[in-house]
Amino acid sequence: MEMNGLAPVPDSYDYDLIVIGGGSGGLAAAKEAAKYEKKVMVLDFVKPTPQGNSWGLGGTCVNVGCIPKKLMHQAALLGQALQDSRKFGWQFTEEVKHNWMTMTESVQNYIGSLNWGYRVALRDNKVTYENAYGEFVGPHTIKATNKRGVEKLYTAERFLIATGERPRYLGIPGDKEYCISSDDLFSLPYCPGKTLVVGASYVALECAGFLAGLGLDVTVMVRSILLRGFDQDMANKIGEYMKEHGVNFIREFVPTKVEQLEEGTPGRLKVTAKSTTGDQIIEEEYNTVLLAIGRDPCTRNIGLDKVGVNINEKTGKIPVSDEEQTNVPYIYAVGDILQDKLELTPVAIQAGRLLVRRLYAGATTKCDYVNVPTTVFTPLEYGACGYSEETAVEKFGEENIEVYHSHFWPLEWTVPSRDNNKCYAKIICNIQDNERVIGFHVLGPNAGEVTQGFAAAIKCGMTKEQLDNTIGIHPVCAEVFTTLSVTKRSGENTLVSGC
Amino acid sequence: MAALRRARRGAGSGLCRTLRALSGKKNEYDLLVIGGGSGGLACAKEAAQFGRKVAVLDYVDPSPQGTTWGLGGTCVNVGCIPKKLMHQAALLGSALKDAHHYGWNIAQPVHHTWSVMAQAVQNYVKSLNWGHRVQLQDKKVKYFNMKGSFSDPHTVRGLTKAGKETIVTADNIVIATGGRPKYPTHIAGALQYGITSDDLFWLKESPGKTLIVGASYVSLECAGFLTGIGLDTAVMMRSIPLRGFDQQMASLVTEHMESYGTKFLKRCFPTKVEKLESNRLQVTWKNTDLGTEETDSFDTVMWAVGRAPDTKTLNLETVGVKTNSETGKIIVDASEATSVPHIYAIGDITEGRPELTPTAIAAGKLLAQRLFGQSSELMDYDSVPTTVFTPLEYGCVGLSEEAAVQCHGSDNIEVFHAYYKPLEFTVAERDATQCYMKMVCLREREQRILGLHFIGPNAGEVIQGFALGINFSLRDVSD
Repeated sequence: MEMNGLAPVPDSYDYDLIVIGGGSGGLAAAKEAAKYEKKVMVLDFVKPTPQGNSWGLGGTCVNVGCIPKKLMHQAALLGQALQDSRKFGWQFTEEVKHNWMTMTESVQNYIGSLNWGYRVALRDNKVTYENAYGEFVGPHTIKATNKRGVEKLYTAERFLIATGERPRYLGIPGDKEYCISSDDLFSLPYCPGKTLVVGASYVALECAGFLAGLGLDVTVMVRSILLRGFDQDMANKIGEYMKEHGVNFIREFVPTKVEQLEEGTPGRLKVTAKSTTGDQIIEEEYNTVLLAIGRDPCTRNIGLDKVGVNINEKTGKIPVSDEEQTNVPYIYAVGDILQDKLELTPVAIQAGRLLVRRLYAGATTKCDYVNVPTTVFTPLEYGACGYSEETAVEKFGEENIEVYHSHFWPLEWTVPSRDNNKCYAKIICNIQDNERVIGFHVLGPNAGEVTQGFAAAIKCGMTKEQLDNTIGIHPVCAEVFTTLSVTKRSGENTLVSGC
Repeated sequence: MAALRRARRGAGSGLCRTLRALSGKKNEYDLLVIGGGSGGLACAKEAAQFGRKVAVLDYVDPSPQGTTWGLGGTCVNVGCIPKKLMHQAALLGSALKDAHHYGWNIAQPVHHTWSVMAQAVQNYVKSLNWGHRVQLQDKKVKYFNMKGSFSDPHTVRGLTKAGKETIVTADNIVIATGGRPKYPTHIAGALQYGITSDDLFWLKESPGKTLIVGASYVSLECAGFLTGIGLDTAVMMRSIPLRGFDQQMASLVTEHMESYGTKFLKRCFPTKVEKLESNRLQVTWKNTDLGTEETDSFDTVMWAVGRAPDTKTLNLETVGVKTNSETGKIIVDASEATSVPHIYAIGDITEGRPELTPTAIAAGKLLAQRLFGQSSELMDYDSVPTTVFTPLEYGCVGLSEEAAVQCHGSDNIEVFHAYYKPLEFTVAERDATQCYMKMVCLREREQRILGLHFIGPNAGEVIQGFALGINFSLRDVSD
């Protein structure tokens, strides 16, 4: 068998499947393939951050994403719970301080157990794992280079690229030398202190949110809008809440240089920033600068040109068919590196599993990327599924959509008397299709738990009437969705006054 | 789908009104609601929206211990609301323990003061009482703080606390008087020395070492939060916990409570309650497993052995409203009508209905819409989701595994299940042994989901959205 006539391809391969990237998508696919008795190898390697940070098997989610993020978010929520608990009768000393090292150590220990668990799972599933950097060198052939520089060649019938992404840097003086990213934050061996978060992504807002919740002085520098791509009405409410809870925002500025005033853990940094709307220049001192301006796919240095896999030159993302196949028939891709797909762990896992079932188990089901629910774990959490208001208006026309909405006050916040009329529920309905619910949005505690079930209902094609016919569970936040009656169109008041 | 469930109704009440009008007597109100709780208030306010003349009678007979409360019914005053708030107080106790793992340094152990919590909860409830009164006023619904009883099918006699009488007549009457906790009066000292949920939430002082008798969700929820705020708490159950609920889930709930610190006296029933010189209560009980008699002393004994409708004083026999001879509850048809034309009943007082606030509210609103708004939509009581707010919460919708097996046969059922560990428990080093979920499905074809059961934090939030899907699932199956 020969491909491209460039180099002879072996008649029998070392592996049925080689997965490059041991993250959410890669590991799920590998374990699934092993179930069908395929010979599988996973290559996983983490290039250290500019600050020298690295981590174990499991990918972004486990090491520098979802998991540590949610745990630190929980730490911040517990800070709020402590304050609330006094009103519920609990008594303890007035001053409560947070210890960054205690939290980080606990979080890192847990992550370590997950890394270990993944290694054991691969072994139990008879999947070969190598902690080595994989890159294509020719048809069906990959070179794996380990930490010590030892190179090995492997061949496989099929390949799955699941190398994910890494945080982007600004490209300004001092960024790589002095700034950190989410790749560094969750294992930072010292408290970050007064922090500037650059960016308006969910990464930026989630990190800024929990840092402030732990008692740190936090500023977010935003170039233009918050949470681009998300419903802007909700994004602005999130920003408002964070502002009211002590996060500073510098809007319409971008940093132009970062200088070190003093070394240390943390040190002192001076940030110079320029306005995007005028000539104004500002300078401010921070202990830590966290860059969260976006992530770039790890596709530039894995030899894709050697096997002819097309990538989007501008973004680095890989375009695939609806069966996750690249332009090279034996090479597939899943996860964050895919063009025009959602960068979420459950999506990568689902896509990876279904792909493998199609390849080896005769299945035909394709991954459904529509109506994928998600949650932003900002101090006031935001759960969403389906269209944002803007995209619904764009697609269907304002006169053809009906938006029902309401504020609500979680019962648990009444006794501590806080944040009345901050939580908010909104659904977007398609008038021309039986008022089918095409967009679901909730701002409030446990937003993810609330959203999950409704996402299943949206998949079933739930209409407003069916929603109204569902009995609520009392007293919980989610029940607000079963009694929505005020439309945005009516302009009526949605503020709540009681039970 | 929903259309199949609707029936043409609404002609009956109009006919009666015409007859009365012909006979020359005009009733003072279009609608009189007896009982200002979840169902009653919802019905009254909805009727008022149609421009109708509506009146509400609400009255709370003091409990045997003398506790009473304002407008709003059980849910607001001695049910869902104070229960969930005290449950939250207990959860915060756990959060305080978790917090140090997450880096917050608080000196342990932390102490809880009952009176701070009770006062905060009671103040909030009072604000709701006030809110309800304002709402009725805003909607021009006439409110009488009076105890109602029937004189004739269109006439109700209202009596104030002071004994002043008012006669109210109405075209339509809705009975929504709810229920009150039962006392096991056959047990010596039960009525004299015991309290119920009617009293617990209004106690000014801590209940101290408490025995709760009963296996209902009321019993378990109360025992749960009392344990959580640091009180020595025991639950005495004669047989199974949470009768009517999925029993595997019920066991997980009680197992968790045991590891949480609640003591369980299983297969025991009390025989007497006596007061000691120290003012403590001595309870004697029979252990049916061991055949022995045991005794212990408590500061508080709370009965949670069921609730019964308050129909005796309504004078239902006078007007012929039929009740279930065993339960005392009012028998209604699918449109909430009683055996007497233009007299309806909703909420906890009705036979065969779930005893839940949201169903009472929905039934009340739909009834008003049928009476006054040209609607014919009936209330759908199928697959109502619910949550038990024990320390580890249990949310469910649809059939229990037992009911599914009974209905379809065990060969035709497939149960998907999983134990899991909430991420927040990991760093906190909390035990997740009872965190579990299961989906009871039909085995054939598309495997329709018959029931969904979840134990874990925020169970209500988790289940709510899935309730929608289950609704259609079950409806299609029964067609």
